[in-house]
Amino acid sequence: MDKQQKKELKVFATNIRIETIKALGHLGFGHVGGAFSIADTIAVLYGGMMKIDPKNPKWADRDYLVCSKGHAGPIIYSTLAMKGYFPKEELLTINKPHTHLPSHCDRNLTTGIDMTTGSLGQGSSLAVGIAAGNKLDKRDNYTYLIMGDGEIQEGQVWEAAGYAAQQKLDHLIAFVDWNKRQLDGTLEEINDYSNISERFEVFGWHAVTVDGHDVEAVWNAIEEAKKVKDKPSCIVLDTVKAKGCSFAEDTANCHHITINEEQLKEALTALEAQLAKEMAE
Amino acid sequence: MAVKPINQMTSDTEMRKVFCATLIELAKENKDIVYLDADLRSACGMAPFANEYPERSFNVGIAEANMIGVACGMSATGKIPFAHSFGTFATRRCFDQIFLSGAYAKANLKLIGSDPGVTAAFNGGTHMPFEDLALMRAVPTARIVEPSDPVQLKSILPQIVNHYGVDYIRMKRKKTVSVYEEGTEFEIGKAYKICDGNDVTIIAAGIMVEQAVKAAEELRKEGINARVLDMFTIKPLDTEAVLAAAKETGCIVTSENHNVIGGLSSAVSEFVVRNCPVPMEFVGVEDEFGQVGSEDFLMEEYKLTAANIVEKAKKAVSRK
Repeated sequence: MDKQQKKELKVFATNIRIETIKALGHLGFGHVGGAFSIADTIAVLYGGMMKIDPKNPKWADRDYLVCSKGHAGPIIYSTLAMKGYFPKEELLTINKPHTHLPSHCDRNLTTGIDMTTGSLGQGSSLAVGIAAGNKLDKRDNYTYLIMGDGEIQEGQVWEAAGYAAQQKLDHLIAFVDWNKRQLDGTLEEINDYSNISERFEVFGWHAVTVDGHDVEAVWNAIEEAKKVKDKPSCIVLDTVKAKGCSFAEDTANCHHITINEEQLKEALTALEAQLAKEMAE
Repeated sequence: MAVKPINQMTSDTEMRKVFCATLIELAKENKDIVYLDADLRSACGMAPFANEYPERSFNVGIAEANMIGVACGMSATGKIPFAHSFGTFATRRCFDQIFLSGAYAKANLKLIGSDPGVTAAFNGGTHMPFEDLALMRAVPTARIVEPSDPVQLKSILPQIVNHYGVDYIRMKRKKTVSVYEEGTEFEIGKAYKICDGNDVTIIAAGIMVEQAVKAAEELRKEGINARVLDMFTIKPLDTEAVLAAAKETGCIVTSENHNVIGGLSSAVSEFVVRNCPVPMEFVGVEDEFGQVGSEDFLMEEYKLTAANIVEKAKKAVSRK
């Protein structure tokens, strides 16, 4: 990855965070933690990795994204708006009556959202089905799946993992957002699903762990995953929950938080300073 | 005459055989049809489909939640997935997946729950769905059919393929009665009037249709003229036929191989009380669990016989 591309992806990620905190700040609350921890991966996916056409969101040969941790929806909404799927102003309608942008992803409401998610674990099988359907039609598009680290406590994830390997779905690339925290506390104290990549390897997957806030590392891990034949891939993202949201980052209760005007201002100031730094690099 | 005489209703045909043969035919014309199972493919008699279309046949193993998700994911790529398990495991075991990955997400899911109610027989209480209709009726947009014989199954399967959305097919797997002449056509959403009468209407589905026909014959001998409706579409209910039954016969007996809570009797009475209240009686399982035994034994045990329908019909008539 050249310097320019890396810079662009970093800037994109920061802009995604800025638009997301503006939208959630306008609303006054939201799932900041798990949204911000995957911002860099979302920047990589929509910043050049995924084969997409915002003008033709239902294009059959597009790459699909299933965000199984559906509560991270707002981080994708701001990305989609920036990519031109719908006007940016719509971001201020999150959770408002009859909005197109609900807390959790809904493929029937939001242009560019490929799958409805929210009941944790279910996106795993849905992604397997999408990958299998596209394989049956001999398409070479990729299906990306994003799961939370707490989410993989759901048994369905492992039913899906086993079957994806059985079906040799090498065009399925999953991410686990290893931010070490779930709603009620740390994974370590609740039900520790650490050694995530090893677990997926045992299930017959190619699996690696990378720094989930390093856009170059995430990009390269995806490129490597695409070279793997006859196996699905899992990229474990070593992340910090609420990364980049100054007042919430890595705090105990950052899964779903309220955001007051002062906090919004503080977070935006920090993010804009970071953006200026990245632009100057 | 589309309905067979009562003494000719015996048959050696298995529902699963007709299901498989019909789906193979439909899949010839429609390349998007795929079949999924959770390790009960042979039990559903679908090995010939898998032989004919190996790439379009998916056995996910013993993982019903995953099966539903994979099916719904496939539908997002344009496939028309049929997914099967026993009725208990096809609904109760993976209800959230059906509800959210399926109906809520507007997937195109064709779900087959086999061995309804007492037809689970020797698999016993763990495998005996008396609640699948209640569950599936509570899924917005879902359609539910319970075919009473192979001719009906064959007639409605193409309509299920051509409908986009969640369909639940409550299907007996094994030998069943043959109610209709070959070639009789049925329309999903329209009750089939087997015989007319003006004293009482018996509304039945699935294996209870045969019992309803027998009961009507018995009642006729006693001077009570019963209308019999094969309500093979549980949802959306043919409210026109129910309204006509209430108005024209003045009382209704429902007859179902299911708990009286949440199934056909609930569907009919929910409509009747709001639109044309008339006396109603229910023949069905009175909020009990299943148990092991032969189908005949279980029908006696849970009071699902023609004699039970006769008794309830007389009671309904007396309450007019």
